[in-house]
Amino acid sequence: MAHILEVKGMTKRFGGLTAVNNVSFVVNEKEILSVIGPNGAGKSTLFKLISSFLKPTTGEVTFRGERISNLAPHIAARKGVVRTFQETTIFRNMTVRDNIIIAHHLRSKASLLGYFLGTKIANEDQAAFGKSADEILEFLGLLDIASETAKNLPHGHLRALGIAIGLATDPKILLLDEPFAGMNHDETMKAVTMVRKLRDRGLTVLLVEHDMPAVMKISDRIVVLNFGEKIAEGTPAEIQNDAKVIEAYLGVEDEAIEL
Amino acid sequence: MLNNKKTLALAVFLLAVFVIVPYLIGTTGRKDFYYTLTSVALLSIASAGVWLTFFIGRINIGQGAYALMGGYVSAVLVMSYGWSFWWTLPVAGILCALASILIGFPILRLRGVYFAMVTLVLTEVTRLLALALPITSGAKGITSIPLPGALSIFGITIIPDFATMENPRIAFYYLAAVLMVLCFAGMYRLVNSRIGHICMSLQQNEELASSIGVNIAALRVIAYAISSFLGGISGAVFVAATQSVYPSSFTVTDSVNFMLNCFLGGLGYVFGPMMGTLVLYFGWNLLFETGKFQLLIYSTLMIVLMLVLPNGLMSLRSLWKKG
Repeated sequence: MAHILEVKGMTKRFGGLTAVNNVSFVVNEKEILSVIGPNGAGKSTLFKLISSFLKPTTGEVTFRGERISNLAPHIAARKGVVRTFQETTIFRNMTVRDNIIIAHHLRSKASLLGYFLGTKIANEDQAAFGKSADEILEFLGLLDIASETAKNLPHGHLRALGIAIGLATDPKILLLDEPFAGMNHDETMKAVTMVRKLRDRGLTVLLVEHDMPAVMKISDRIVVLNFGEKIAEGTPAEIQNDAKVIEAYLGVEDEAIEL
Repeated sequence: MLNNKKTLALAVFLLAVFVIVPYLIGTTGRKDFYYTLTSVALLSIASAGVWLTFFIGRINIGQGAYALMGGYVSAVLVMSYGWSFWWTLPVAGILCALASILIGFPILRLRGVYFAMVTLVLTEVTRLLALALPITSGAKGITSIPLPGALSIFGITIIPDFATMENPRIAFYYLAAVLMVLCFAGMYRLVNSRIGHICMSLQQNEELASSIGVNIAALRVIAYAISSFLGGISGAVFVAATQSVYPSSFTVTDSVNFMLNCFLGGLGYVFGPMMGTLVLYFGWNLLFETGKFQLLIYSTLMIVLMLVLPNGLMSLRSLWKKG
């Protein structure tokens, strides 16, 4: 299988602290790859490094053979590497539909001046974005709340909206930051189904997650981090039986891994 | 784009500005009102610029710097280089925009109170520059600036020489009013087009905006440049109307007032700065009667207004609708 994204010898130091230490792995086209690890393992840092929100100390990320680390986040997004946020980061004072429409920015053909003057291309863009937003709303089952102001939404819907915003950018690879955090079992299972559907649409998904049962259920492959280093990589079955992983998750989480 | 109600409102507004107000002034003979209203129109243009920086989520207390800069650019070009005022007007705006791009790139990275502080200092720096530079002739300022001459294109006179007019104040009033209408029409279009939505995405969450591919650094600078352009234009006309410019023509107080105009009118409304400027300017002058209590009453009223109407005077309208 061809790989779409490659992390090569990635290291990030904050002063004396090495948050991510020489991590390498590849993400294959149309797979769901999860990065897991105990608290403080460097998952979030790695996530920000891949989405270009942080610059690596050494190492690099390549997307389809092209180096994307050290680029501004909006350039990485333009190339098709788009992230969602762990916190409920949304445009709070816009409606759900407007949130999604605005997120179509990358698809716009008209220039800013074109939008100001209301050129034909600009108007076509606007119409196309509206249509596409409705499709995304339907796909994620958000049509009922399309005209709600985003800040009034309950938690689960906010997460879905975050993913909708990501989808609107038409990404090649979607990076999900803890998509299941704070969800109950039912919500998680729904979200798992949804992420699978994304993959079926031809998207590659890389997610960083805490929720072990969900990760085991959803992932094609898993990369495990501990203290900033990669300690294992493999299918869910392989990871569950990996001695190093079990050691890293000692005791409390043992049960969770065995599902 | 414009529905009937909006077209009607626009027509009433234009009629009021260009016909009713001059008529009323004509019949009452209060010619001094021309000067007052010219000031309001010009200050509201500068305030509109400040409003735009608010719109991308930055508190701008530095518009006085650009108004002063624009004023000096126009004055120097007219006095030392013999330019026609009409050419200095766009040049003043553009030079201010260019200056703001240079200044904006580093300082627009700052947020909240940090950006506000830097812009506050900017006004003072410009004032000191005006005092120190040889070309601005220091504290004496530049005085006896001639009135704008005739503007002709292809031999056709579009605007007659102000000096030949019986009352140039009327001409300045019309000039300021036309510029104000153009400025707010442009702003309305900007805010209601997709650019406005993108600016709003910036205001609400810059990280998310950049993750959906918005070049936030560039957009911030563009908005700031437009803001400063408006400041420069407003300053240039102001200087032409008063025929003089001093380092103290626009000070920190003016910068603060531009910001207050936006607050008072309403940050969520394009026409907020216009409304705010009008009320604030007249309010301040009406309170003149109260003598030494002027500032006290004024400040108290401002505080009360902000507490009662945090979304500005324009929000009264939506409150009314909800009824």
